[in-house]
Amino acid sequence: MLALCDANSYYCSAERIFNPSLQNKPVIVLSNNDGCVVARSGEVKNLGIPMGAPYFQIEHLVKKHNIEVFSSNYSLYGDVSTRVMEVLAEFTPELEIYSIDEAFLSLDEFKNRDLYQYGQEIKTTVRKWTGIPLSIGIAPTKVLTKIAGDIAKKDAEGVFLLPEQYTDILSNTAIADVWGIGRSHSRSLPAHGIETALQLRDANLNWAKQQYGVVMQRLILELRGQRCLSLELCPSPKKTITVSRSFGRKVTTLQELREAIATYTSRAAEKLRLHGLTADAIQVFVQTSHFEGSFYGDSVTQTLPHSSDLTPEILHSALMGCDRIYRPGERYAKAGIILLGLRPKTQRQLSLWEASEAVDERSHLLMQTIDSINQQFGKGTIQFAAAGLKKGWGMRQERRSPRYTTCWGELPVVRA
Amino acid sequence: MEPNSGSFHAGQKGRRRNLSNPQGATHSPTSPTLPRSLSPLPLAEAIVSCCYSASTRTRYRLNLYQQPVTAGFPSPAEDFVERKLDLNQYLIKRPAATFFVRVTGDSMIGAGDLLLVDRSIEPSEGKVVIAVLNGELTVKRLSQKGNRYYLKAENSNYSDIELEELDDMSIWGVVTSVVHLL
Repeated sequence: MLALCDANSYYCSAERIFNPSLQNKPVIVLSNNDGCVVARSGEVKNLGIPMGAPYFQIEHLVKKHNIEVFSSNYSLYGDVSTRVMEVLAEFTPELEIYSIDEAFLSLDEFKNRDLYQYGQEIKTTVRKWTGIPLSIGIAPTKVLTKIAGDIAKKDAEGVFLLPEQYTDILSNTAIADVWGIGRSHSRSLPAHGIETALQLRDANLNWAKQQYGVVMQRLILELRGQRCLSLELCPSPKKTITVSRSFGRKVTTLQELREAIATYTSRAAEKLRLHGLTADAIQVFVQTSHFEGSFYGDSVTQTLPHSSDLTPEILHSALMGCDRIYRPGERYAKAGIILLGLRPKTQRQLSLWEASEAVDERSHLLMQTIDSINQQFGKGTIQFAAAGLKKGWGMRQERRSPRYTTCWGELPVVRA
Repeated sequence: MEPNSGSFHAGQKGRRRNLSNPQGATHSPTSPTLPRSLSPLPLAEAIVSCCYSASTRTRYRLNLYQQPVTAGFPSPAEDFVERKLDLNQYLIKRPAATFFVRVTGDSMIGAGDLLLVDRSIEPSEGKVVIAVLNGELTVKRLSQKGNRYYLKAENSNYSDIELEELDDMSIWGVVTSVVHLL
């Protein structure tokens, strides 16, 4: 059996850990730049505020219902997520971290245990140790754990073990709510008389394969309780690294655009080193807003002189790219960079024109030093001057809570 | 005025002077390209312009205890080299459940002290706990009388508070240690 553990209103729950006064109060978390709602507590869901609602549209409801509003605090959410996953790992030999707030656990080794009880134990422990409430769906396959998980979410106990006879449950599950069924399939399937998960389970396998491909065939088998999707225990190696943000305000000057590109590039290069990879090329892209005037967007791919993980080398290419696509007079809303052609550093080809090994080693030492200083004292403690100091274009995060677990200066305060 | 006095550009080899021989700088083997036109510097200025960058190209990695104490003799401690002591290992049993919090107020522990809180530990009689009072985190000592629980302050100016229920909602975590910087 597999278990899907899913945190309830994860970002809101993380905000509540260190601020108990938020318990039982409506809470929302806003996206980058405080644009729209990305997380809602149960109380807010009951008020009918939809996911993704632009903040300005719901501002009157926020005032009326005294909703607590937060900018996203990814340092906090990331750290708490790691803690939750560490606790989950104590309950299973095989854990797949599916997203920041979801994980699949293999319970195959616990055949002789009461799995419902075990699910309760997992839920209670995670809640007590980390403060995060979970919903847990237990079923033989991934697709079925999603359906069980949806039921667990509505259940007061928060744990649902799919019974041996689950035909009724499938007949009550709309096709759009089945994991892996996208919007287009959920529109086309009803034309073939398939509107519920049960009807999909009983569909002809060959027909499904011909019509929709092998993925749909696997999905049907999973609904029948036959495991086709195994746990991905080690994440597949990254193919690209993207760092991209919308600006807090429109950017018009080349100077500011270069600062933003330099900041994103430095961050991406840091990630590159963290994963022990090098990049072959960098793509730089900029765009104006879709909502004002005529849209302008452009991108350029710069090949690096040689495969590299050194910030100065990548920065050089990134800024050349930035200069090439900058068009004066445009009001840029967003920019980003993508590192391409990633491969493990150990497999790197040396180039004929590369600096000697000694210089190379010094550069690597420099990168290591900068990375460890920034890890210890916080992001951006040391940075390349090209990234700019003022960063007037930076993200709006006016209501971010303290970084309670990752920053010495922002620890939670307790009254004695 | 010397054009290069006070310059700290270590990479400009031509400006290096030999400290021990300030007058004979032009003969220094380290500055073969020094322009003839530069007149010898007075000693004080020579010190400033004599700036070499430290090379980090060669490194020696030595384990503690492996440095020779007496030349020619191996250290008797060499066979006993162990890992360094790690305070984390001493203080933190369950990293996933351990949080740091900062103290304000004077009813318990010095203000500004850092507390290590392990949420995996069961709260019980006598333990110092982080409790939730009026939506705030507070640090108190937990005391049990029969089946009633009280939060006591170490400072007698504060009265005891009775807990309605002992659960996750009322007790946030158990304090395992205090970090008090002197």
